Amino acid sequence: MPEANEFRTVGTFRPKIDAHSKVQGEAVYADDVFLPRMLYAKLLRSPHPHARIVKIDPSAALQRPGVVDVITGKDVPIPYGILPVSQDEEALCVDKVRMVGDPVAAVAAIDEETAEAALEDIVVEYELLPSIMSIEEGLAQEDVQIHEYADHGNIHKQVALEFGEVESGFAEADHVREDIFYYEGNTHMPMEQHAAVAQCGADGRVTLWSSTQTPHYVHRALAKVLELPASRIRVIATPVGGGFGGKTDPFNHEVAVCKLAMRTGRPVKLTLTREEVFYCHRGRHPVLMWVKTGMKRDGSITAMHFRSHLDGGAYGSYGVASTYYTGALQTITYPIANYKFEGMRVFTNKPPCGPKRGHGTPQPRFALEVQLDKFAEDLGLDPVELRLKHLMPPNTKAINHLTVTTIGLKECIEKVVVSSDFQERRKSLPPGKGLGLACGAYLTGAGLPIYWNKMPHSGVQLKVDRGGGVTVFCGSTDIGQGSNSILSTIVAEEFGIAPEHVIVVTADTDLTPVDLGSYSSRVTLMTGNAAIAAARPLREQILAAAAEVLQKAPDELTIFNGEVVAHNGSGDPVPFSEAVQWAEAKFGTLGSVGSYKPPRRGGRFKGAGVGPSPNYSYSACVAEVTCDPETGLYSVDKLWLGHDVGRAINPTQVLGQVEGSAYMGLGEVMMEEQVFRRGLHKAPSLLDYKSPTFLETPEMEVFLIETNDPEGPYGAKEAGQGPLLPIMPAVANALYNAVGVRVDEVPVAPEKVFRGLQALSAGKDGRVGPSKVPDVQFPEPIQVEPPDDLPYPN
Amino acid sequence: MKQLLTLTVNGETHEVWTSVHKTLLEVLREDLRLTGTKHGCELGECGACSVLVDGESALSCLMLPVEVQGREITTVEGLAENGTPHPLQTAFAELEASQCGYCTPAMLVTAKALLDENPNPDRATIREALAGNLCRCTGYAKIVDAVQQAAAQLHPEAETAHA
Repeated sequence: MPEANEFRTVGTFRPKIDAHSKVQGEAVYADDVFLPRMLYAKLLRSPHPHARIVKIDPSAALQRPGVVDVITGKDVPIPYGILPVSQDEEALCVDKVRMVGDPVAAVAAIDEETAEAALEDIVVEYELLPSIMSIEEGLAQEDVQIHEYADHGNIHKQVALEFGEVESGFAEADHVREDIFYYEGNTHMPMEQHAAVAQCGADGRVTLWSSTQTPHYVHRALAKVLELPASRIRVIATPVGGGFGGKTDPFNHEVAVCKLAMRTGRPVKLTLTREEVFYCHRGRHPVLMWVKTGMKRDGSITAMHFRSHLDGGAYGSYGVASTYYTGALQTITYPIANYKFEGMRVFTNKPPCGPKRGHGTPQPRFALEVQLDKFAEDLGLDPVELRLKHLMPPNTKAINHLTVTTIGLKECIEKVVVSSDFQERRKSLPPGKGLGLACGAYLTGAGLPIYWNKMPHSGVQLKVDRGGGVTVFCGSTDIGQGSNSILSTIVAEEFGIAPEHVIVVTADTDLTPVDLGSYSSRVTLMTGNAAIAAARPLREQILAAAAEVLQKAPDELTIFNGEVVAHNGSGDPVPFSEAVQWAEAKFGTLGSVGSYKPPRRGGRFKGAGVGPSPNYSYSACVAEVTCDPETGLYSVDKLWLGHDVGRAINPTQVLGQVEGSAYMGLGEVMMEEQVFRRGLHKAPSLLDYKSPTFLETPEMEVFLIETNDPEGPYGAKEAGQGPLLPIMPAVANALYNAVGVRVDEVPVAPEKVFRGLQALSAGKDGRVGPSKVPDVQFPEPIQVEPPDDLPYPN
Repeated sequence: MKQLLTLTVNGETHEVWTSVHKTLLEVLREDLRLTGTKHGCELGECGACSVLVDGESALSCLMLPVEVQGREITTVEGLAENGTPHPLQTAFAELEASQCGYCTPAMLVTAKALLDENPNPDRATIREALAGNLCRCTGYAKIVDAVQQAAAQLHPEAETAHA
């Protein structure tokens, strides 16, 4: 914990700076933007999962009164995509549709109703193609290729890496297990449906207001697709009504409104329906996993061989990164002496998967933590001790070259184990009640940007007003996680002023320096470090000017509570605003910039770009469940959650992120499923897509662990994704403790528990889960030497 | 078909010339530009469009304005009095019961309807009353905390209910 008075603003419980505008209904989200003469757009979407577009005739739609314009694929034919290696999306499909919901035309009309009616006027002739609905079908039907650029057939990407030698590791093990796990896809389900409004001024400049987490990447994609210089496009991210990764890709509806605004000269708005949001997706990949692990009798892991098979959906999205992420972070919690990862992503004719909270890591974490529980049972080890005795030491490298700086996992485990009385109660709870423990780790920002460059990941610009107000300009995007409030807190801390004197301007490509966006839990660390870098020289200027006037040395002075004061208390305090005026008189207009780029870390092998991060957060969870041994229906009664956040810059916000992550993990483990039947979403509504309400979400006890990490601003790490990771395996382990059923699948739905209970009562094994993985020939692995300074034998 | 409707919203009377088949949600947002009220599904499934009609929480996406002529409609914009936020609004802001803020307006009016009827609800009662309102950010606990804090502020004499 921070020492008393170490900081003045950092570490204090504060409401977010936009909290009052949000509770009074003032915040203007994208769909709240109304402009004069605004048109409304709708997209015509494919009813087929896979088809060639033979003909498309919009002429009848143009005849409908109230319709102003219709565009089709030939009007916006340039492909785009979030990753440079996957430029495989078209705003409106040109030759082929690859999923139900792929857009083929866009209508702009005087109101939404007219636009929607006009969609039915558009005649599209399709030639149906065989469709691919699963990994197995994708592998079997090589001749039906969804994308020609795939590695092979419908295998979008295949990777294989080996660190050390797993075979010799297995030979040293006392016990080897092979387990198969499946993690079903699920989706972000932000409460706000995606919306975008575009305007093209008389000067030809295009402005887009959009509910996006990544205005900078949208800016780049628009420049490409609209064939305009980036300087002719302005992207403004409005307050985002929930993101969770679902608004991090550039989207077809964003391109469509811009093109329609350019052609009509009128503002154009498009808001997705809830059903369209389900098809937009980019959520959790369904992943089938095979894990072979070798362990010594003392619980140390001698080798792990991890295979993941991802059902990617119809487009690349972040999928190449997602594939690597299913193999990247297994190594940073418990030392693994030899490690082999093979991963593949298959294209299918379903909405594309992408990054959802935890991006590619909740699936393998589920497998790893459940398998550890099985090992503990097999070897007669205590599940708590097994973990505590084999934690990564701080300031070391993992077998796959990831650098662990600080690790507060021991404290996290101890807190949740003690507070839940795990050790006693786990053995003494009545039948049907159980406790489970699991851990997790996540990155605080990806070490590399989406597109290769050597520039900063985050930039901050400061302007100081003569009245003492400090304005922060930064490209970061507040999606409800409160990144604007963190910037305000940090700048206030640096200048010794109250946060209400800090004005925050963000997420506007005309006004703000680039920040890469709200993804990979990067914002607090990266914008925070950039803000500190910008603030400190400016503070020095102000103190230098004050020192001159007050006839003191600059280092005798500081700023405290909005006043320049001497450290030793001598002389009268000077208001910050007056010192600012002295500085402006001495130096001219006051301003500064600061930027941040993560340290260059990780190995030097292909694929080494995914996984490195300035630091890693750690979490541990104990879940308590009550399960009906007759029906398999269960409730999660309580969660104890410890999270190593490095430093809680605003504990109010950190607790909100931790509890929100835990809730979302609970939805994944208990009920959420993004599943399809012949390409149609089975549950594209908020009623049918089951998510936890107030009634299914238990009370939680949260413990924040502060490890004061050297890489983070004031020691901070991420808090918005990591706490989700231990929830799913903790609940699965708790159910095993409660009723003896092992569900090696997420969601751990009651009907699966029921099947396990039935098997148990028939005297069979109570395991429920997949029994085989596709027979796939992975490429020869890239052999990577372990790091020289490995802290454990391999 | 358009019709002249007379609606009383947040104590003000509005005459609106609008299509009769538009929902109350659409008229509030598009005709009256009271955009504080949100939409998450427009099918009555998520609760994000909740407003108060004569003090009771109602889904504005399933309601036609003709049904509510002559009745008192309250939206999030009408919760503050003379520029002073309602204690629920203050509590939601202080306790991080609002993250992205999108479900918040509906959560607030639904909580107000609860507190108007039951000044001192326990946690289970609050969870039950708000169960029709989905929130994807908070994990709900902070919302329950905020409703309890507001209840205590509105009725300091009442004994704190235990969960």
